[in-house]
Amino acid sequence: MNIVVCIKQVPDTAAKLQVVDSHVTWGDSPLIVNPWDEYAYEEALLLKEKFGGKATAITMGPESAVEALKTCLAVGCDEAYLITDPALKGSDASATAFTLAKAVQKLGDVDIVLLGKQAIDGDTGLTAAMLGRHLGWTVLTQVIKIHEIDPNAKTIKVERFMEEGRQVCTAKLPAVVSVIKGINEPRYPSFMGIRKASKATIPSWNVGDLGIDAARVGASGAFVAWPEIYPMPVKETKVEWIEGSSPQEIAAKLADKLIAEKVI
Amino acid sequence: MANQVWVYIDQFKGQATPSAWEAVSAAKTVAEKLGSGITALVIGSGVEGLAQQAFDCGVDEVFVCEDASLQDFRVEAYAAVFAKVLGEARPKIVIGTASTRVRDLFAYASIDLESGVIVDATGLEVKDGGVVVTRPVYAGKLLCNEVAKKGQPLLVSVRVRAFPPPQSGAGKSGNVTKVSPVMSEDQLPTKVLDYVVEEGEVSVDGAAIIVSGGRGVNGPEGFEPLRALAKVLGAAVGASRAAVDAGWIPYSHQVGQTGKVVSPDLYIACGISGAVQHQAGMRTSKVIVAINKDKDAPIFNLAKYGVVGDLFEIVPALTEEFRKRLGK
Ligand SMILES: Cc1cc2nc3c(=O)[nH]c(=O)nc-3n(C[C@H](O)[C@H](O)[C@H](O)COP(=O)(O)OP(=O)(O)OC[C@H]3O[C@@H](n4cnc5c(N)ncnc54)[C@H](O)[C@@H]3O)c2cc1C
Ligand SMILES: Nc1ncnc2c1ncn2[C@@H]1O[C@H](COP(=O)(O)O)[C@@H](O)[C@H]1O
Repeated sequence: MNIVVCIKQVPDTAAKLQVVDSHVTWGDSPLIVNPWDEYAYEEALLLKEKFGGKATAITMGPESAVEALKTCLAVGCDEAYLITDPALKGSDASATAFTLAKAVQKLGDVDIVLLGKQAIDGDTGLTAAMLGRHLGWTVLTQVIKIHEIDPNAKTIKVERFMEEGRQVCTAKLPAVVSVIKGINEPRYPSFMGIRKASKATIPSWNVGDLGIDAARVGASGAFVAWPEIYPMPVKETKVEWIEGSSPQEIAAKLADKLIAEKVI
Repeated sequence: MANQVWVYIDQFKGQATPSAWEAVSAAKTVAEKLGSGITALVIGSGVEGLAQQAFDCGVDEVFVCEDASLQDFRVEAYAAVFAKVLGEARPKIVIGTASTRVRDLFAYASIDLESGVIVDATGLEVKDGGVVVTRPVYAGKLLCNEVAKKGQPLLVSVRVRAFPPPQSGAGKSGNVTKVSPVMSEDQLPTKVLDYVVEEGEVSVDGAAIIVSGGRGVNGPEGFEPLRALAKVLGAAVGASRAAVDAGWIPYSHQVGQTGKVVSPDLYIACGISGAVQHQAGMRTSKVIVAINKDKDAPIFNLAKYGVVGDLFEIVPALTEEFRKRLGK
């Protein structure tokens, strides 16, 4: 069973962000593997351990993203590829999914592509379904449990996390699967793993290597643009302390306030 | 002239989802400025009744694709219909509520339509004849204005509760166009077997009031007083990641960056410190109340009303108070 994991490098969840001319920076906050993608690589490793085969991590991003791929190697992925090219700058979800699809096709002989639910920078959660469409494969998003896989029949049974509950479904492979928290507990890299990863050379592909026409990706290929980014306006709420000599008195005062707010 | 503004009505088992009609309100804000009427698209099985409901919300025209193969949402089948209808109509914009289904549908169909997708919009504006879509990014720390660069229709999902439900009772009627399905059962790669539903709990998705607990509840049984308060208020129970990771409450209750993003009228945070990752899921709540022992907890920077105290004393007192006031 050959698995590809798509991961993205993002600023740390606690990073203090600054915006200058609609350009986001995060000072010296560390860059990390997108938290949702940790569940994706863990699931890839679990499947590999169960069925054999290979787990390959890929990312599209700047040169620095190689560090995120090293994390994937350190936890046990067999191979990693960096997709990087100035032509990719300004890609929207659609252009990203197109590029990842080309990379998956170049790798060949893949049964499952795993992704995280969403990337915590753009927060779109679109890539999985778009990638699935490009590949012409089954799309299963928000998977919280893989019940079983039959490698011979090429079928998979999963549980998906939806508003109305967990949807249980069976589907055909190959499939593009996005995963959420709860599916597993991502492992930490071992000391040996980190040492090995730090020595690894990670091949990189540019758009030419993937047979992509540069006009199809990056800002020129994107369907949406984001001309303005700015800090969320701070709400002018200063906390009003509700005090009293007993819990009952506090509760009564708070109830008055909330009823006056018309939120109850 | 054909309508430039369409809405997609999200439904589950033939019923419009609670936030589905908010898309119509969002559509109205742009349709007026563009001088367009609104067309609704409904796809499913047992959904014919939704056409009249759409007219009642003020929609001018409805397209319905009704077929047994569309009983369960399967993205391949729905997107095929969606791309066919919208590929012919090519309006300027299609708006739907930001559910899991709509996200998948818009993403998948956009590849066939060769058009853009913007999800989780909290604002829509018409500028120079184009639509400017505002949405939170970076866990709600930043806002982003996005526009279509090319391709049409632009597919936009609006965040649950970002737009009000439309006034109903317009008593309108209009043209209903029937559309046939595109894929047959044997062409579909998935089969839905079942839904596992947590019994008797109000889901935090779209809830108007959420009572949320964190590490401060101190154990699974610590959620009991919160559940009692939630019951009196008709609220859902939320949780911080610390409480979920400790195994005190299922993940479906988790609010935050790696949980659900909610925007209720009232969010009552009990024993939650208010880490940025938690704030990411609830900062747009209309009124935030925090109950915490520690007066320096960051949650108080966000709260409108703060109580410094023991949640095990305050929460039951609050439950009792509301029980009296609401006559329950
Ligand atoms: C990648 C990543 C993603 C994350 N995603 C999320 C997410 O989606 N959601 C989320 O919530 N967190 C998330 N976190 C975790 C987050 O950083 C915090 O660790 C977590 O929110 C803390 O939960 P808490 O407030 O319940 O616990 P704590 O920070 O331990 O706070 C407990 C609070 O309870 C108070 N307290 C204790 N006893 C009482 C009492 N009897 N009465 C009143 N108050 C009391 C304490 O004063 C304290 O303020 C994420 C972290 C990372 C790194
Ligand atoms: N540039 C990228 N390179 C590799 N994988 C990506 C990239 N962007 C997004 N992904 C994958 O797609 C998922 C969803 O991201 P998004 O659709 O951007 O929210 C992420 O969790 C990753 O698994």
